[in-house]
Amino acid sequence: MTTATLAAVPSGLARSARDAATLTRRILLHWKQRPVSVVLGLLFPVLVVVMFGYLFGGAMAIPNGSYLDFLIPGMLAMTMLFGLEAMVVAVTTDNAKGVTARLRTMPVSAVSILAGRSWADLLNGIVGIVVMVITGLIVGWRPDRGPLLGLAAIGLLLWLRFAFAWIGIYLGVLLKAPESAIAVQVLVWPVGFLSSVYVSPATMPGWLDAIATWNPLSATATAVRNLYGNPTWSTSAWAAQHATLLALLWPALLTIVFLPLAARQYRRQDR
Amino acid sequence: MTGLAPEPAGGILAHGLSKRYGDHLVLDRFDLSVEPGTVCALLGPNGAGKTTAVRILATLLRPDAGQARVAGRDVIREPRQVRARIGVVGQHVSLDEILTGRQNLQLFGRLYHLREAEATRRADELLIRFGLSDAAGRPVAAYSGGMRRRLDLAVSLILAPPVMFLDEPTTGVDPGARLDLWASIRAIVDGGTTVLLTTQYLEEADQLADHVVILAAGRVAAQGTPDELKALVGPDRVETITRKPTLDDVFVHLTSHASAIEPARKARP
Repeated sequence: MTTATLAAVPSGLARSARDAATLTRRILLHWKQRPVSVVLGLLFPVLVVVMFGYLFGGAMAIPNGSYLDFLIPGMLAMTMLFGLEAMVVAVTTDNAKGVTARLRTMPVSAVSILAGRSWADLLNGIVGIVVMVITGLIVGWRPDRGPLLGLAAIGLLLWLRFAFAWIGIYLGVLLKAPESAIAVQVLVWPVGFLSSVYVSPATMPGWLDAIATWNPLSATATAVRNLYGNPTWSTSAWAAQHATLLALLWPALLTIVFLPLAARQYRRQDR
Repeated sequence: MTGLAPEPAGGILAHGLSKRYGDHLVLDRFDLSVEPGTVCALLGPNGAGKTTAVRILATLLRPDAGQARVAGRDVIREPRQVRARIGVVGQHVSLDEILTGRQNLQLFGRLYHLREAEATRRADELLIRFGLSDAAGRPVAAYSGGMRRRLDLAVSLILAPPVMFLDEPTTGVDPGARLDLWASIRAIVDGGTTVLLTTQYLEEADQLADHVVILAAGRVAAQGTPDELKALVGPDRVETITRKPTLDDVFVHLTSHASAIEPARKARP
């Protein structure tokens, strides 16, 4: 009976879409079972907004606008980066609990399962964006270029999230142990700080400026600021001037690199 | 294929399997033949190569040499076809601890690409079969070790595979739960499934297996039925002893429910 059912499933994209639906449902069930940890995870970026917006915000002088108008789009990008560490935690936990081992004994495609994960994670990304947008609106952030460009900004954010998901999957498969996820959680911060999320790279020493300006996080943050009509505090650097282009290209490049790496690493285990 | 005679659909056949890690030869020209519908136990101490053999046969590990067919398919050339015909239970359970027992069965059923209704039907069927109906709505994190093992076994049976690999299925389980698991494994075998089981427990092999293969340092040291192996050691010994209850008996008596005790009494001579 069952082999016939298996054969009836079309290959490739359709199968991956099915796995994505299954894994999305799994995320929803996790939320239902562990609501507290979900709420804590969602509130953390809010805490960061409060910390930077009010604690440090007073010392930040933005040429044409408020610091919160500068910060919220940056934090939207940062929330996408938090997805990377969450993915490492999820993948390594599955490894530790033997879920990955079971999947490997099943007649399902490894890439399909991994791709399913990356798609399903977009749901996490959307919820993170919604929470951050609401937080922003409460603290006085004002996007003022209309809903269409606003949706385009969300598209760019999710595009970045998708790329980060693949980096997270790769690191999770590579590192294996949930303990090592802590290292990733720590490393997320320098990546975040070395960008235009919190301050303008122009305030940094030259070499840091270059790194921060070319950080994929900066490209998306700056592009989102432009799309929302928020101050960019921008420099004249080429990367800052072409932020939208880079916000499209960077995630594509990262996905092209890390998707095959993740798939290869997954297949290579124990071989 | 060369070197191996065609074997019946549900069996396991391995020839000359070798696996080396660095200088250490973990498996050394390992041969195995398990008739369909029978239970074979791989017995041996830690490091004897039991798990390596199972992992190769379950397509999780590629051998350096040798060949093997499981359920009529080549483990190296047709891993996917093999995977559609086997169930694997490892030394550690493979479950999503946050989800409930039923949700685990449904999740893996859907990942096996069963249709929605079929995944649910199969989940309920297996919950009943493994005595987990009452706990079906509880998260696995709240399950006892024995319940986890049974759920793990249930998940491995979603596709009703003709061949099951059980790698030390009762390690770390208390004696009462072990008897429950033995009963479950016997039920699987009664359904016609071929089982390859690894264990460190002589009694487990004695209780469950039709055929026992003793592994030592990656090589087959001896094999045969439990009785044949016992005969190797010498003629039957007649010892007159008054058997007092062992601590095992006491433990089982005090801790497990009635249904778990019955098979044990019947099984003991």
